[in-house]
Amino acid sequence: MKWQGFILPAGLVLTAEACARIFGISSDSLAAPSQILKAAWMLLADGSLFVMTGQTLLSAVAGLLLGGCAGLVLAVVLGLSPTLTRLLRYPIEALRPIPSIAVLPIFLMVYGFGYRMEIAIIAFACFWPNLIIGQAAVSGIEPRLLEVSRVLGLGFVGRVTKIVLPAALPRLFLAFRLAAAISLIVSVTVEIAMNPQGLGYELMAAQNSLRPEVMFAILLYIGLLGWGLNALLLFAQQRLFGAAGTAQVPR
Amino acid sequence: MDRSTSNADDALIAFRNVSLSLGGRPILENINLKVRRREFICVVGPSGCGKTTLLRLIAGLVHPDAGEVIYDGQVVGEPASDVALIFQDYSKALLPWRTASGNVSLALEASGTPKPERAQRIRALLDKVGLAHHADKYPAQLSGGMQQRLQIARCLAQGPSVLLMDEPFGALDAMTRQVLQDEVLRIAESGHTSVFFVTHDLEEAIYLGDRVVALRPNPGRVAEIFDVRLPRPRDQLSTREDPEFMRLRRVLFDFIQETES
Ligand SMILES: Nc1ncnc2c1ncn2[C@@H]1O[C@H](COP(=O)(O)OP(=O)(O)OP(=O)(O)O)[C@@H](O)[C@H]1O
Ligand SMILES: [Mg+2]
Repeated sequence: MKWQGFILPAGLVLTAEACARIFGISSDSLAAPSQILKAAWMLLADGSLFVMTGQTLLSAVAGLLLGGCAGLVLAVVLGLSPTLTRLLRYPIEALRPIPSIAVLPIFLMVYGFGYRMEIAIIAFACFWPNLIIGQAAVSGIEPRLLEVSRVLGLGFVGRVTKIVLPAALPRLFLAFRLAAAISLIVSVTVEIAMNPQGLGYELMAAQNSLRPEVMFAILLYIGLLGWGLNALLLFAQQRLFGAAGTAQVPR
Repeated sequence: MDRSTSNADDALIAFRNVSLSLGGRPILENINLKVRRREFICVVGPSGCGKTTLLRLIAGLVHPDAGEVIYDGQVVGEPASDVALIFQDYSKALLPWRTASGNVSLALEASGTPKPERAQRIRALLDKVGLAHHADKYPAQLSGGMQQRLQIARCLAQGPSVLLMDEPFGALDAMTRQVLQDEVLRIAESGHTSVFFVTHDLEEAIYLGDRVVALRPNPGRVAEIFDVRLPRPRDQLSTREDPEFMRLRRVLFDFIQETES
């Protein structure tokens, strides 16, 4: 009964459309579904949607790769070195709670407006979940397996690539998916707050120029984009790590 | 090869006045023990008396606070490639994301065996432990006995001079256990391998060993060493009916009762 899930949303959309038609709403903050659809079509037709999407996604993906990978690498290194873990414990605990948007003024000062500032903030935001979940993943590895690698005489590289990464992979990828969602949130946030580019900026611009239908069109599109991104990563997870992920489940 | 030669130079493993504390508690105290080349030595003792710790000292996974552990004339440092360790909890010691042949391959990869040679070596090793038809199965798809066989195959891939076995058959049913006992005897015999075998089971110790070392707990010490003068090859029926076997079982049983009380 999959279609039952669509009854309520469809009903709401139709009701909104009916109300707009019957009462002839012309508001600065509301728009009829048909107007939103039309605005979306316009954005698509003149190509501007692609430009903004490109700007936002470029920042999100670059930040995700930079910060996310740095987080995972540090997590693996810390997982294998208790000394480094102790040394970095307080710096990490002090920096981690900083809300990522709070570092905006700093990076704005360093980089000015544009991609670099936005990417730096996204990287900062994506770094932490990957570090924390990555650390938990690495420290959750069966200690027996690490002893096996010692007894067999595996070197550091072999230990990381043959034991640590495969053992932690499912959870590391989970961390990556979480960071991907964060990267989109932070990129749009930065664009809304400060950076004159991308979907977030156009969203604000539409609101400032009193064009709610454009604003809602972009808003819905951002939701769709986030959903698509997650679905894509989920698909990749099953395709890439299917064997490693499922081989650990049956007992 | 005469197994009863007790020439000191023949010792492959030697504990010299070894003491070890863990977490501030003395675990082993003043251990002196020699294992000869090609000897099958069994270690028994009450739970918590330090049997596993003794094994981990030889493997180089822990190091003594005092005294030294010698392997092949050298003080034990990091784990040596020709010392193989078989863990009791086989399900945790196998890589769940690798097939049976992948798990054996890990040892060959670690020792730098060239890739073209691996497939054939893996096949031979799996064949040796009776897993030839299960090469592509994951550990989770194997029974407990098969998983322990797989762990043995991986250890044999190291080409070990010493097999360290920590209650390897403790979790297996009686039938599987007997079959594996005989397999280990055969492997040790044909590979000229020394075996250091920890067990809870007194009969298993007598059946397998050239000597049985009995430990006393709190802190762990060598209480007594028993020579097992039973003919080889051993046989599950006739060896266990041998009067000497029964005498030793009695002696060891009384001894353990006394140390545990
Ligand atoms: N890492 C550790 N830190 C502190 N104490 C430890 C540690 N490892 C082992 N011990 C203690 O050392 C003692 C000996 O442990 P060990 O595992 O060697 O005993 P065992 O003879 O193998 O026992 P069992 O027959 O139950 O396997 C135990 O009392 C245990 O609590
Ligand atoms: Mg033990």
